[in-house]
Amino acid sequence: MTRWLQDNMPKIVLAPSFIAVMVFVYGFIAWTAWVSLTRSRLMPRYEIDSFIQYERLASSPRFEVAMTNLFIFGALFIVIAMVLGLLLAILLDQKIRTEGAIRTIYLYPMALSMIVTGTAWKWILNPELGIEATVQGWGFANFEFNWLVDPDMAIYTVVLAAIWQSSGFVMALFLAGLRSVDEEIIKAAQVDGIPTWRVYSAIIIPSMAPIFLSAFIVLAHLAIKSFDLVIALTGGGPGYATDLPATYMYAMAFSRGDIGQAASSAMVMMLVVFAIVVPYLYSELRTKDD
Amino acid sequence: MKSYVFSTASAIAVCAAGAVFADGHAEAEVLHYWTSGGEAKSVAVLQEEFAANGGTWTDMPVAGGGGDAAGTALRARVLAGNAPTAAQIKGPAIQEWFEEGVLADISSVAEANDWANLLPAAIASHMQCEGTWCAAPVNVHRVDWIWANTEILAANGIEMPTTWEEFNAAADKLQAAGIIPLAHGGQAWQDATVFETVVLGVGGADFYQAALVDLDQDALTSDTMVAVFDQMRTMRGYVDDNFSGRDWNLATAMVMNGEAAFQIMGDWAKGEFMAAGKVPGVDFSCASTPGDGYLYNVDSFAMFSVDGEGKEAGQDLLAELIMGPNFQEVFNMNKGSIPVRTDVDLSGFDACAQLSAADMASTNDGGTLKPSYAHGMALFGAQSGAITDVVTAHFNSDMSSADAVQMLSEAIANSM
Repeated sequence: MTRWLQDNMPKIVLAPSFIAVMVFVYGFIAWTAWVSLTRSRLMPRYEIDSFIQYERLASSPRFEVAMTNLFIFGALFIVIAMVLGLLLAILLDQKIRTEGAIRTIYLYPMALSMIVTGTAWKWILNPELGIEATVQGWGFANFEFNWLVDPDMAIYTVVLAAIWQSSGFVMALFLAGLRSVDEEIIKAAQVDGIPTWRVYSAIIIPSMAPIFLSAFIVLAHLAIKSFDLVIALTGGGPGYATDLPATYMYAMAFSRGDIGQAASSAMVMMLVVFAIVVPYLYSELRTKDD
Repeated sequence: MKSYVFSTASAIAVCAAGAVFADGHAEAEVLHYWTSGGEAKSVAVLQEEFAANGGTWTDMPVAGGGGDAAGTALRARVLAGNAPTAAQIKGPAIQEWFEEGVLADISSVAEANDWANLLPAAIASHMQCEGTWCAAPVNVHRVDWIWANTEILAANGIEMPTTWEEFNAAADKLQAAGIIPLAHGGQAWQDATVFETVVLGVGGADFYQAALVDLDQDALTSDTMVAVFDQMRTMRGYVDDNFSGRDWNLATAMVMNGEAAFQIMGDWAKGEFMAAGKVPGVDFSCASTPGDGYLYNVDSFAMFSVDGEGKEAGQDLLAELIMGPNFQEVFNMNKGSIPVRTDVDLSGFDACAQLSAADMASTNDGGTLKPSYAHGMALFGAQSGAITDVVTAHFNSDMSSADAVQMLSEAIANSM
């Protein structure tokens, strides 16, 4: 008995969470996939009825806007947050005196929820309350900064707020990466008289490749899941100019009584995540096998 | 199956009605989303009456999202086989729930109290599911109101507009005088609210019926609809640049403070004026938006099939009280709407409410009493949402009216 327990202890301990994950993650993914093939409206129905929901999704101009926004937002957010985070990390890495305090200041936005970030930026960017009004108040009457209420530019305000929120976190990731590079190599390079920028570009950054990948994965899934920031900052507006797939899904499921549409858009979102995560997992698993 | 459930339910209801009222076992669990100050006070009136009649009331308020959160809670409850006794649902959603086969029949109460003759026919039809009564109406909000700052109008020599041309002329005059002509909040439902009043005003009630209730493709793609979008484009010019995302009550405050002259909004806006101590006719004016007709938004409670004599008795008692003249009067005075019964004495109500009630009666006779699409009275969520998407996309961009009409027709086809 003890023997059996000893042999099976890991399995027994893992079983509850394994079952929970199977049901609440994979089970519900399967459920959503099923519902996305039905004509469910207010309540889920289970008679499968072709790919009608995906066809509707494909011809919905609003979902097209949401997907375009996702790519604009995702690309800009990931690239700028990583560049800014790296830059901050390199600057902080110069053995400056108040590093601890500065690091905390940059990391601090991460402690706020997206709702707070969104609301604060909504006020900052509001033409009548925030930056535009302030600068005009200084006497620059022609100054205009009305991105928040301009349907063509509003998505960039979401990018702005998201970068403000996340670049400190990326900085912390990169800082850890910078510190993990072997001091000896850097010293050797310095002895050889290589300039600092070359040390970074040719030695330190290339050796941080795994950190880049982690940062990318974290930021990418934050971008795809983005919901609360948009809700707080623009509410999806003006019109639906800043809709993202997640807000589209929410509107369909909870305001419109169109669960089939919501399920199909959720599946599309999941496929986008898979498109990013699967190659990553694949490369991870392969390196382990080697 | 459905008819079996309902005939059984109604049979039980008939038996239970008289008997259990006297026992005092009536109980009801009521899911609603009246959680803000004035609304909560209004629903408390019903709660007290229910208790006074020997019932046990279990309150289940779900705040948030204009009823979205309550809808989600309701779905979860129904899916779990544990439906509340009554839930606040309105318009075609009642029929949608009926089609899911979960609503109870309250015909016995409705027939005993002669609801068919007390309610305007258009509104009564929402409360009936395939010939049986399945919901009890609470109030009538009129949506096609235009509110104005009386002082500004007088100072600029403007009358309340009765046509959209007059409105445009008045707005141009106000704009020239440096006043924002139209206070508006750039949220999709507010855009939709303005849109439906323009559809009613420009196209008339029959066009409204064809376009926004029957979703007739000919009406949706007609020149009249192009004219409607042209008027929307004109009105976009009368709104200040900072309107995006503004809440409706802030827009109302702009009218109150004299920053803006007009607002197009349902009569809940009146509550804001009243709460600020403004007097109708003196500080602010109310009138129907240009054109004939009346767009109503009726709150109601639908009863769900539940087990247990006490609960069924509770449903009957609740239905009877909701339609009772006393509750209708007290509740609607609190909430700013008007009674749905046509026989309630309106002497205690303000001038705007009296106008609303008179117009409801006359438009009901004239066949121009129409359900508000923007407030979920005319269409299922998917279709009304599809229209709202187009309306708000047009209003918030420089899309041409012809493109908007094209998009509207495609969006409707796609939402089916």
